Amino acid sequence: MTAKPKSKPLKKTLPLLILAAPGLLYFIINSYFPMFGVFIAFKDVNYAKGIFGSDWIGLKNFTFLFQTSDAWIMTRNTLLYNLVFIALGTIVSIIIAILMSELLSRMYSKLFMTGLILPNLISMVVLSLLVFAFLNADSGFVNHSILRPLGIPEINWYSEPKYWPYLLVLIQIWKTAGYGSIIYFASIAGIDKSIYESAKIDGAGKLKQIRLITLPLLKPTIIVLVLMSMGRIFNSDFGLFYQVPMNSGALYSTTQTIDTYVYRALMQLNDIGMSAAAGLYQSLVGFALVVTVNAIVKKVNPENALF
Amino acid sequence: MIQTRGERTFTVFSAVVMILLTIFAFLPFLLIVIASFTDETTLIRNGYSFFPEHTSLEAYLYIKSAAYTFVRAYGVSFAVTILGTGFGLLITSMLAYPMSRRDFKYHNVLAFIVFFTMLFSGGIVPSYIMWTQYFHIKNTLLALILPNLLSNGFNVLLVRNYFKNNVPLEIIEAAQIDGASELRTFFRIMLPLSMPVMATVGMFMGLAYWNDWINALYFVSKPQLYGIQNLLMQLMSNIQFLNSGQASSVLGAEAVQLPSTAVRMAMAVLGIVPVLLVLPFMQKYLTRGVVIGAVKG
Repeated sequence: MTAKPKSKPLKKTLPLLILAAPGLLYFIINSYFPMFGVFIAFKDVNYAKGIFGSDWIGLKNFTFLFQTSDAWIMTRNTLLYNLVFIALGTIVSIIIAILMSELLSRMYSKLFMTGLILPNLISMVVLSLLVFAFLNADSGFVNHSILRPLGIPEINWYSEPKYWPYLLVLIQIWKTAGYGSIIYFASIAGIDKSIYESAKIDGAGKLKQIRLITLPLLKPTIIVLVLMSMGRIFNSDFGLFYQVPMNSGALYSTTQTIDTYVYRALMQLNDIGMSAAAGLYQSLVGFALVVTVNAIVKKVNPENALF
Repeated sequence: MIQTRGERTFTVFSAVVMILLTIFAFLPFLLIVIASFTDETTLIRNGYSFFPEHTSLEAYLYIKSAAYTFVRAYGVSFAVTILGTGFGLLITSMLAYPMSRRDFKYHNVLAFIVFFTMLFSGGIVPSYIMWTQYFHIKNTLLALILPNLLSNGFNVLLVRNYFKNNVPLEIIEAAQIDGASELRTFFRIMLPLSMPVMATVGMFMGLAYWNDWINALYFVSKPQLYGIQNLLMQLMSNIQFLNSGQASSVLGAEAVQLPSTAVRMAMAVLGIVPVLLVLPFMQKYLTRGVVIGAVKG
């Protein structure tokens, strides 16, 4: 920075500070105040005594939490679902992007893109209704119009946990793959067409062009996007795991994630301490993951590091 | 560009797969639209079907007759979406502007304050306690607006990047030499030059507000404050309740009052309609928005 003029520095910064003030205040209240609230995880919260007046109980909330089978189940579910979502979601998105970029007319690709992003724009509540239309035991499309005509015994989907890993993966891919393909589509559109031309002259077929040109040129984008989603691997979409299985208790073994556990412990079991402990566990591991992943991105491709 | 035979085959193959995928993406929507026009007894007897035996407008007529509840929920959703998006955009851009000014002393400090919120959070429990015990937003319209106002730092950084990369500092300096104040520069020059990013971020925010049901789940227990999503949810949990078998003893006569399956589907359709209206705009700005967003600042 060059030397600053000494006169009236405040006159220059004050209007900008005033502009920033509402947003800044909002982040301080909405994001920073709760950060100081993490001590709740170490308290035996009693509303009568107030949050500040409640007794300290050290790590007891955490000890209790990790002694339950919930802790293991929700951690396992959160991690495994996210790993599958990332792997499969990336593959499907790339395939869609490649196919879409092959279409000759831009108008068609726009039309398909519009169709494919629609699932991403609806709410989890509407999505859960769509799923319900397919899966409910009495009149659902799958039981009624597929299984029954085929003579297969009908399935009570909302009380059979074993099907949900597949269902949730299918639903998640259905909802997000089209949207996820956009950034790959944009990257492919940015590739210099003359590279393909010369490959063609050398006799490379389409599949070879994809394998030898498109995929290698997409590699940096893929790596960065995958690494970035790895940083959020301890978070899950609350709606997908709560709303879509309709909070069905019979399904918790395969649908419980850290986010749904925190909600239930807070709002349904009224166990504030345990809920806060689970939330802090999630935040801390999440933070560590983001920082680690960023360090890796920085190694791989400093341009793309988050910070 | 002349295509070889192999390439033509691949293009046809791509088109076919894309058509199939798009149909696959659309089918569930088609099913609920058809279900909403299906006669209730047909639905119960034959289940959900793409080719119902009897169609009926009953569900939509029911919604019309019970208009009060639906119109109110629609009104809540619209009010929250418009207010939230309006204030959200204003505050987001006001914060993003100083962050984009390289000649502003604290621009990096501001950026870090916003960015750090994306890395670490206190979790939902402290937030919940703060909003309910200290700000008392429970069962107010504010509960549906405030917790999502700047929903995440990402939007702020996205707008900041746009300001920084698309509006040269020289324009701002020139305006200020001509005597424009910071406020005037921001509202008269920065904002009008940044309409594409405002549209993109505004759409993200609007969709988030329209589709939000989690805030009401945490903070609202009065059905009068339910938006369209929460009304739908309430109807859903009513079915669960009925299916669970506990209902008959508790509800008795009331159970008859519950809207039918077709009505729920009709409401879901009505919940999607506003989303369909923004879809063409979404498509137009999305690629640009996502690409801008991916550029780090």
